[in-house]
Amino acid sequence: MPFIANSDADRAAMLARIGVSSVEELFGDIPEARRFPKLDLGEPLAELEVTREIESMAAKNLSASACAWFLGAGAYNHFIPAVVPALASRGEFLTAYTPYQPEVSQGTLQAIFEYQSMAAALLGMEVVNASHYDGATALAEAVLMAYNNGGGRRRILLPADLHPEYKEVIRTYFAAFDTKIEEYTGEPGKATLDDATCCLVAAYPDFSGEIHDLKAAADAAHAAGALFIVHADPIMCAVLKSPGELGADIVTAEGQALGNAMNYGGPFLGMMGVSSKLVRKLPGRIAGEARDHEGRRGFVLTLTAREQHIRREKAVSNICSNQGLVMLQTCIYLAAMGKTGLRTVAELCWNKAHYAASRIAALPGFKVETGNFFKEFTVRTPVPAGSLAEKLSRRGVVPGLPLSRYYPSRDRELLVCVTEMNTKAQIDLLVESLKEAAK
Amino acid sequence: MNLKPEPLVYELSSPGRIAVSLPERDVNATPIPASLARTDLPLPELDELTVVRHFTRLSQKNYSIDTHFYPLGSCTMKYNPKVNEQTASLSGWRNSHPLAGDEFSQGSIELIHRLQETLREIGGFEAVSLQPAAGAHGELSGVFMIRAWHQARGDVKRRKMLIPDSAHGTNPASCTMAGLAAVTIPSDAEGGVDLAALRAALDDTVAGIMITNPNTLGLFDPNIEEIARLVHEAGGLVYGDGANMNALTGVFKPGEAGIDVMHFNLHKTFSTPHGGGGPGAGMVGAGSKLKDFLPGPLAVLESGTYRMRMPSKSIGRMKSFYGNFGVLVRAYTYVRMLGAAGLRRLAENAVLNANYLKVLIEGTYPVKYPRRCMHEFVAMGDIAEGVHTLDVAKRLIDYGFHPPTIYFPLIVSEALMIEPTETEDKDTLDEFAEALLKIAEEAKSHPDLLHAAPSTTPIGRLDEVAAARNPVLCYRG
Repeated sequence: MPFIANSDADRAAMLARIGVSSVEELFGDIPEARRFPKLDLGEPLAELEVTREIESMAAKNLSASACAWFLGAGAYNHFIPAVVPALASRGEFLTAYTPYQPEVSQGTLQAIFEYQSMAAALLGMEVVNASHYDGATALAEAVLMAYNNGGGRRRILLPADLHPEYKEVIRTYFAAFDTKIEEYTGEPGKATLDDATCCLVAAYPDFSGEIHDLKAAADAAHAAGALFIVHADPIMCAVLKSPGELGADIVTAEGQALGNAMNYGGPFLGMMGVSSKLVRKLPGRIAGEARDHEGRRGFVLTLTAREQHIRREKAVSNICSNQGLVMLQTCIYLAAMGKTGLRTVAELCWNKAHYAASRIAALPGFKVETGNFFKEFTVRTPVPAGSLAEKLSRRGVVPGLPLSRYYPSRDRELLVCVTEMNTKAQIDLLVESLKEAAK
Repeated sequence: MNLKPEPLVYELSSPGRIAVSLPERDVNATPIPASLARTDLPLPELDELTVVRHFTRLSQKNYSIDTHFYPLGSCTMKYNPKVNEQTASLSGWRNSHPLAGDEFSQGSIELIHRLQETLREIGGFEAVSLQPAAGAHGELSGVFMIRAWHQARGDVKRRKMLIPDSAHGTNPASCTMAGLAAVTIPSDAEGGVDLAALRAALDDTVAGIMITNPNTLGLFDPNIEEIARLVHEAGGLVYGDGANMNALTGVFKPGEAGIDVMHFNLHKTFSTPHGGGGPGAGMVGAGSKLKDFLPGPLAVLESGTYRMRMPSKSIGRMKSFYGNFGVLVRAYTYVRMLGAAGLRRLAENAVLNANYLKVLIEGTYPVKYPRRCMHEFVAMGDIAEGVHTLDVAKRLIDYGFHPPTIYFPLIVSEALMIEPTETEDKDTLDEFAEALLKIAEEAKSHPDLLHAAPSTTPIGRLDEVAAARNPVLCYRG
């Protein structure tokens, strides 16, 4: 039997020591009629067999590595240096648990502290936690933080042009609360704020790719006594002003783009940062610096009085397991990329996206609808974007996300994403394919 | 263990270094408007070999399952098979996009569907959602579902959730997030739910009960069906916390014993690595009353094609996309290799190992509820004058063992919560028990050894109070 160490002889000796004659006797507390039910499952497979079975399933997916890939919309095809998986997959990182015993967990703890430091620098925040499940849940809990600390303010302002799945997650999280979740369109600085508003949320950029004026929005939110929450593209933050610099109180981001594969949507990385005045309200684990009795520097999980294992129903969140290994991958990615590498990646995205947009804009019948964008922009198509995308995908050119997936009436809009992974030849192929398909 | 201090990445940084090579720009440049542009990016600058040595050295400062016995109670630190990592890292998975469209994602949806069906069978449920990202996230889903079920029936006054005092802290915290009030139910003399207290608490304001079985004492509550019957009779629903499912695979199907909704932690029972804190995966299973309320979408098979579909009364999405897919591939690999026979054998051996270890040490480290345990047990560590559980735990490190969970559950003072799992062999358990017995002798003869422990690690005990009072949470240059 795989993964069970004891031999029959071991088991016999152990049963004798316990003083029972069979292992079944150990299960006497289980109601007899329910004990040892039949499991209608397949026969055990050998390692070779299971590997073959799973390889054959994986091969049925359309793989970004085999295509010219321009689909993003919340999951991004970026370059992952070999050092990231090589180091993160070390058993000492992979098979450790939450660092509750700091003396034997300094590797994980120091990595969390380094991630917090680099992520805070990137997002322009004072404190970043050790991760949330993904960008959507990080944003939902950021809004929850604003609501719980808003002195009874019940109004939540979301951009209408927020990722539709993020909006759904926020609505799931708030189903039990007496709140008013409203959506505004256009510039976040022009949203109607009042003294019942606990937070103004802005996306940087929004789902269609548009970059808005965050400074004006921060000022408006603060003037109304509301918190300003920004959900940001972390790679964009390498070249554009950080949300913190622009006045955000809470920043969330989807960290998948920073060194993690798309993996059919998970595991991803919820990044969450706050200004220092909110640190004791921040959900999730946080590593901090500490000293031992000899004055040696070490790291420890700190400010735990916020958390469920200490405060139970009074905790700021129920989160326990987070996305530790994904955070580690991002930590290694940021260390490897560093100041120059991450800027280069962001500049490649910017330049290639703008090249692609200018060429698509020149195609008859096509129009680029997004004004200021980073790596993703919306294109109006002369034919239904859904069938266009399906047709091109079959030929190995995945042109983007037809917005009809979320908004059936927006059937002639395509969200195109260009990253450092796309060569000029691929972009030219996309342009030719769009032109051809629209004929 | 690497004992040498390792500088922070920022302290290793030197201007002009870079650890990656990126392609040259092959399109014309478009200037970034100065009004938008950032002027400084304070990230470190390192060369590739420095990055490799830095993180390798950091890794060597960890205890892990691959290097040490890690009997952390309630966390199920079993061996994480290497084949899991191989199957999860196939290019067809890593490069598959969640919005590529169902017909271009048939492999991913098929795997989700197969795992849904497998876990449904193991748990005795009618339907399963793999969307939640962790156990607590699954719990939150379940509590949302219970709330939504009552709301859908117009029964809006049910705002209380009953929670035994032995429960994980996530249970009451999840209730708060779902707008329900947590009401504590005491344990009886046998460590189970006090039925008299339960009866007294049940009325028409109770939404349900959250029950962990086996509970955090490692004890299976034989009254489980009676508990479910009482709660149902009062109009409530039963949530099962599946953190301890490692004792029950092929042994007991919770869904057939009155549990309406339950989460399993795939990173515990189904061998996916804990990764220093995550990612986990917190599948939720539901019976007939709640299956339509599951978070979605779920994988379904419709005339030969796999599709992702939302259940009819779904509480909605709990996260973007479809769950921690990479974790699901690992769990699927594991259950396929075990099959029905292997799943029962895993529970049998988990319970056998725990009972064996308990017998070896309970004469020295008293166990409050001296019944047969399931996959774990809770002993007490205040074994000599002036010696506490914390001292025993830290001294275990000097013997090369990761400490058990300590000071939990809260209803046992000086708790040492020990879960060996089925993947450890008898020799390891014997060595661990021997170390514990030796520490008990030291506690009497040389208690200073325990108070000063650990002495074999890169750092000693840290001043956590000072760290929380003046928090340093980022590198400050």
